[in-house]
Amino acid sequence: MSVDKRTVAKIADLARIAVTEDELEPLVGELNNILEWIEQLSEVNTDGVAPMTSVVEVDLPWRADKVTDGGYRDAVLANAPESEHGFFTVPKVIE
Amino acid sequence: MAKYIQGATGEWEVVIGLEIHAQVSSEAKLFSGSSTKFGSEPNTQVSFVCSAMPGMLPVINEECIRQAVRTGLAMGCKINLRSVFDRKNYFYADLPQGYQISQFKDPIVGEGVIEVQLEDGSTKAIGVERLHLEQDAGKSLHDQHPSQTYVDLNRCGVALMEIVSMPDMRSAEEAGAYFRKIRTLVRYAGTCDGNMDQGSMRADVNVSVRRPGAELGTRSETKNVNSIRFMMQVIEFESRRQIDLLEDGGTVAQETRKFDPATGTTSSMRSKEEAHDYRYFPDPDLLPLEFTREFVDELAKGLPELPDAKKSRLVTDLGVSEYNASVLVADKENADYFEDLLGDLARKVGQNKAELATRAANWVIVDLFGALKKAGKSITESPISTQHGAELLALQVDGTISGRIAKDVFEIMLESGDNPERIVAEKGLKQMSDTGAIEAMIDEILADNQDKVEQYRGGKDKLFGFFVGQVMKKTQGKANPQVVNQLLRPKLDG
Amino acid sequence: MTKLTELTLAEARDGLAKGDFTSRELTQQYLSNMEQGRELNSYIVETGDIALNMADKADEMIRAGNATGMTGIPIAVKDLYCTKDVHSCSASHILNGFKPKYESTVTANLWADGAVMLGKTNMDEFAMGSSNETSFYGPVKNPWRATKENGELETKDYVPGGSSGGSVAAVAAGMAIAATGTDTGGSIRQPAAFTGLVGLKPTYGRCSRWGMIAFASSLDQAGPITKTVRDAAIMMESMASYDVKDSTSVERTVPNYEHALTGDIRGMKIGIPKEYRMDGMPDEIEKLWQQGIEWMKDAGAEIIDISLPHTKYALPTYYIVAPAEASSNLARYDGVKYGLRVEGDGLDGMYKNTRAEGFGAEVKRRILIGTYVLSAGYYDAYYLKAQKIRTLIARDFAKAYEKVDVILTPTTPSAAFAMGEKSDDPIAMYLNDVFTVPASLAGLPAVSVPAGLSEDAMPLGLQLIGRAFDEETVLRAAQVLEHATGFSAKPKIWWGEK
Ligand SMILES: [Mg+2]
Ligand SMILES: [Zn+2]
Repeated sequence: MSVDKRTVAKIADLARIAVTEDELEPLVGELNNILEWIEQLSEVNTDGVAPMTSVVEVDLPWRADKVTDGGYRDAVLANAPESEHGFFTVPKVIE
Repeated sequence: MAKYIQGATGEWEVVIGLEIHAQVSSEAKLFSGSSTKFGSEPNTQVSFVCSAMPGMLPVINEECIRQAVRTGLAMGCKINLRSVFDRKNYFYADLPQGYQISQFKDPIVGEGVIEVQLEDGSTKAIGVERLHLEQDAGKSLHDQHPSQTYVDLNRCGVALMEIVSMPDMRSAEEAGAYFRKIRTLVRYAGTCDGNMDQGSMRADVNVSVRRPGAELGTRSETKNVNSIRFMMQVIEFESRRQIDLLEDGGTVAQETRKFDPATGTTSSMRSKEEAHDYRYFPDPDLLPLEFTREFVDELAKGLPELPDAKKSRLVTDLGVSEYNASVLVADKENADYFEDLLGDLARKVGQNKAELATRAANWVIVDLFGALKKAGKSITESPISTQHGAELLALQVDGTISGRIAKDVFEIMLESGDNPERIVAEKGLKQMSDTGAIEAMIDEILADNQDKVEQYRGGKDKLFGFFVGQVMKKTQGKANPQVVNQLLRPKLDG
Repeated sequence: MTKLTELTLAEARDGLAKGDFTSRELTQQYLSNMEQGRELNSYIVETGDIALNMADKADEMIRAGNATGMTGIPIAVKDLYCTKDVHSCSASHILNGFKPKYESTVTANLWADGAVMLGKTNMDEFAMGSSNETSFYGPVKNPWRATKENGELETKDYVPGGSSGGSVAAVAAGMAIAATGTDTGGSIRQPAAFTGLVGLKPTYGRCSRWGMIAFASSLDQAGPITKTVRDAAIMMESMASYDVKDSTSVERTVPNYEHALTGDIRGMKIGIPKEYRMDGMPDEIEKLWQQGIEWMKDAGAEIIDISLPHTKYALPTYYIVAPAEASSNLARYDGVKYGLRVEGDGLDGMYKNTRAEGFGAEVKRRILIGTYVLSAGYYDAYYLKAQKIRTLIARDFAKAYEKVDVILTPTTPSAAFAMGEKSDDPIAMYLNDVFTVPASLAGLPAVSVPAGLSEDAMPLGLQLIGRAFDEETVLRAAQVLEHATGFSAKPKIWWGEK
């Protein structure tokens, strides 16, 4: 499988990374090199093999339903590039 | 019975599926320890986990697991002993992780069937495809600032149960009945408060139309509809819009739409033709969720009697009418009120519940619900406690007061919240059963109305009521009507 | 008298306990070495004031008799660990200015034991790299330089390996006794091998990942980078813990790893996987490996040939799984909650510009690959397939451990290379991790031990891979190997005052 400029543009859009027209062509090459290299996996027979879901053999830990966190708005907003009246703010979204 | 919509070119069938988001009742969020309380100051119920700070990790809240299983059990669905949390990847301002933790391939609850009752008395089975656990997003406020959107993450990470139906509904009425039934079930199970004003339950409404018997048409999905009335409006509007579109030779776009309550219409939500690609994959920060059959059985044991079972018990064991039983079980609080009251009443008068159930059901539904509705109150705000209600009915059953007096006492109770026995005693409303006094009164009335007595004896039977009325009037309604009847008839008949 | 900064961690601990010197004295010497070594670019931030403060507290602990193995020990912390109110950016511009309001569990464990933080070390951006050339803060220089045929040091710069390049450079250059690293596909072991140090990646789940800036969640593990195996054992004990805040952390008591260093591996079964003998592998690596086998045999171990048939697929598998997880983990860097924001056309424009400017080329490349392999229509062919092969790789190891206690391999297919040499060829760069990635995919503990020098006198390492949660056997074997190698080379100091 290989990607073309249109596909790379689409992926970049999904990943929300601005890519200029000039950057597209070299990216196509780089990604195709990697994809081609990865392609060798298709020769492995994985019939009936379960995908790995976790490397550790333990049970998912459950926590009690207690309020143990939160309540520190200033710390939550401390690193925000922009905030106002206790909210994070972003460029206006037109729905 | 199929209900088709008549279009310009023939009949159309509307096909509806619902994705209901029900907020799990829990103290803390699904994967973090911050509070789920409604209506707090912005971003005060937010932890570093909720705000997706670098290096933060999810740890699951066990109560949310239990609540999902309880809900699955209440809906009669298959419980999956192993399920998987996946990441649903997309960018949005109120989704700080850049993904929502949800369940995609392996949900905690699998298939089931919900039976709903329709207005014409028929029932319909509607399939449930699944229920899965997922995180709620935060809230974006677009109208606080001319050029900025404000983001509040208080809701972010609150546990939701997404309950997905099969496309089995064929009318707004069916969809409404299904939604109501789900709401009833989660409220019985105590897993969601069903409070739609606060957004605790909302639905994504999938609507498509087709020629009767044809393949499924393309559907639209109207997001986040937060009342049953709106949901029904969406269905009416969407089916009409799609039929018009198709009849004009157009095609229906598979798209997400939003509902405008002001106009009762829907509109397309995405300005850009942007295909979503959520890139689901198992969340590597979480292991698969596994539990035993015993865990499920234990939760099943803890569930209260569910509405369908309750209804059939009311009808079969207590002789309550089908209609009354449906009304009573539709809301767990109503049913609880009724059952508490009936228990009290049976104890007070020393009779079987079955002998008293119809009287109690009628009083609860007609008198009490009627009065509460007028006052705009819910059953939990009732000024009349179950004990006082039982007392009032007991006073009637044992003949202390008449039905007419009971109505007056009821009015006073509504006003004052007072104890009926005291009201009766203080206002001297006790029924008169003293035969001597009543007899004297009857003699007096007969003497005063000789002409009417003649007419009665001449065959005008209806006048019997007039004489009863006169007695009641003289005693301000306190005379025991049975005693009055017994004494009056032989005297009139001469 | 030897300079305090030449002591191993164990020696410093003993010296502190005896009162030969204070943590403040030790720390001051390190701070001065750090000043001398700034051109190596191993620290992004030096935290001298904090260090001296912590040193004083440590001296207090020692006086009060509350010392642990780490008390008063000045260490460097990889920039990937969140340290409260201190720069923690994973060497990325996108986290510009980020100072977390919380402390990672691993560093909190170290501080609780009295360790001293010297600063935050440079690394490949988001730990994506094997040469420390992808950092927003510039590349790190390896303190080691090759020796030319005429016996003189090369004048060009060598990479320290990555992604924990700043951490290894700091320890190798005497600017920290030890350092924390993180290992996703070899990011502790490969740079340790490139700089003549010991690097231990414990079993996945042994250390909490809470507060570590995530790269690939199912692979990331914290671990120590030290001068000796004993030092690694001491530091590991402090870093490891069960953490209820990390659902993948494992509830097991942390053993006293130093006690495991008995020096006796007689009868230990050591596996030699034939698939690690790769085409084009330099002779000196092959020779070193053979030498390692002899050393272990001489120490009384039993050498057993084993097969790990899916080894060759480990690297491509890794380059599906890790970018996929990364593409999702790095979605939170969107200019809203912290770090860089670059305005653009609306919300989406802001996202796109922020991420275009905030991420470097390698990170973007991996995000794009990861986004692609997870996207509709490709998930099964790539991600699902890779996770199945991962199962097969883990199975290979499980089968091998029915016969052997530990597996011996080279750590890297070459010694450290010159800066810029591989930065234009991603796959050539990825091949650095060919021997380290399999253990990462299987979540197994593995250590790199300095074992010799290349022809041009650059350090080379051998790797020991153990059973899950059997760090004790791994460390015991590693210490015997360390002893046998007699490795004592140090980089010649070419940096600092000329
Ligand atoms: Mg939906
Ligand atoms: Zn949902």
